[in-house]
Amino acid sequence: MKELSLHLLDIAKNSVTAGATELELSLVEHGGALTMKVADNGRGMTPEFLKNVMDPFTTTRTTRKVGLGIPLLRLAAQQTGGDLDIQSAPGVGTTTTATFHTDHIDCPPLGDLAGSLSLFLQGAPDTMETRYIHETDAGRFELDTREIRAILGEEVPLSTPDVALWLRDYIAENEARLIS
Amino acid sequence: MKSLEELKAIREKMQKQMNIRQDDPDAIRVVVGMATCGIAAGAKPVLNAFLEQVQLHGLKNVTVSQTGCIGVCRLEPIVEVYVPGEEKVTYVKMKPEMVSKIVQEHLVNHTPVTEYTIGAAE
Repeated sequence: MKELSLHLLDIAKNSVTAGATELELSLVEHGGALTMKVADNGRGMTPEFLKNVMDPFTTTRTTRKVGLGIPLLRLAAQQTGGDLDIQSAPGVGTTTTATFHTDHIDCPPLGDLAGSLSLFLQGAPDTMETRYIHETDAGRFELDTREIRAILGEEVPLSTPDVALWLRDYIAENEARLIS
Repeated sequence: MKSLEELKAIREKMQKQMNIRQDDPDAIRVVVGMATCGIAAGAKPVLNAFLEQVQLHGLKNVTVSQTGCIGVCRLEPIVEVYVPGEEKVTYVKMKPEMVSKIVQEHLVNHTPVTEYTIGAAE
């Protein structure tokens, strides 16, 4: 995965699998430090599972024994001198925090955040609300699916192609403001 | 600038179409594999292309959705197309350029694009 936005999309999908109803995705960039956080109120992990979750041969899947999302993100973070931290408790939820040194030569670009985020929202269940926060030295952008749903009403889901494409362009315009 | 007013306009347009989409016996489902394997192989631009093409052609009977790992990671990006009364078609090693042909020939004209299917790849 060549873009951090793809990691964000991938890790956020774990929260969907965990049955979360509330998800917060945040990117905070100040100076040369970037913190990417995915926090949910899903089913959480037991201490035993959490202990092994960085291991690529750990997964909740039953079809096979490999789960690469978390190990790939940890590798990407550590390559820049950053790290990955996961806090989780059963019944409470999981918070995954990756830190990056953006001035490191091995730090991947954020990439197409608008595309990744809009497609994540397109595929997320209607039972989950997502809040996205991106903060840089140049400003801050927040998006909450509750606000979008309030405008769309109950009949029009976020999975509708017209809505997903509107979201993509809307996010792209707001993201462009954050580049200093 | 994209405004929230435009979102209201989408709502109004969609509300008129929604009943058709849900009750249509010709309701087609396009499912894109978006697990780690799919994303890493390039499923994101493929999914985006499907959304664009479905909107472009105004295909009210088509829903585009996402799923996890379909099970053949080496053939990702994988897209499954479900047409009522027809056998499921699995497209493999998808690229965004391949999408318009599938939309035209399969979703509109009900003729699967055989050369992109898992049968042709294996």
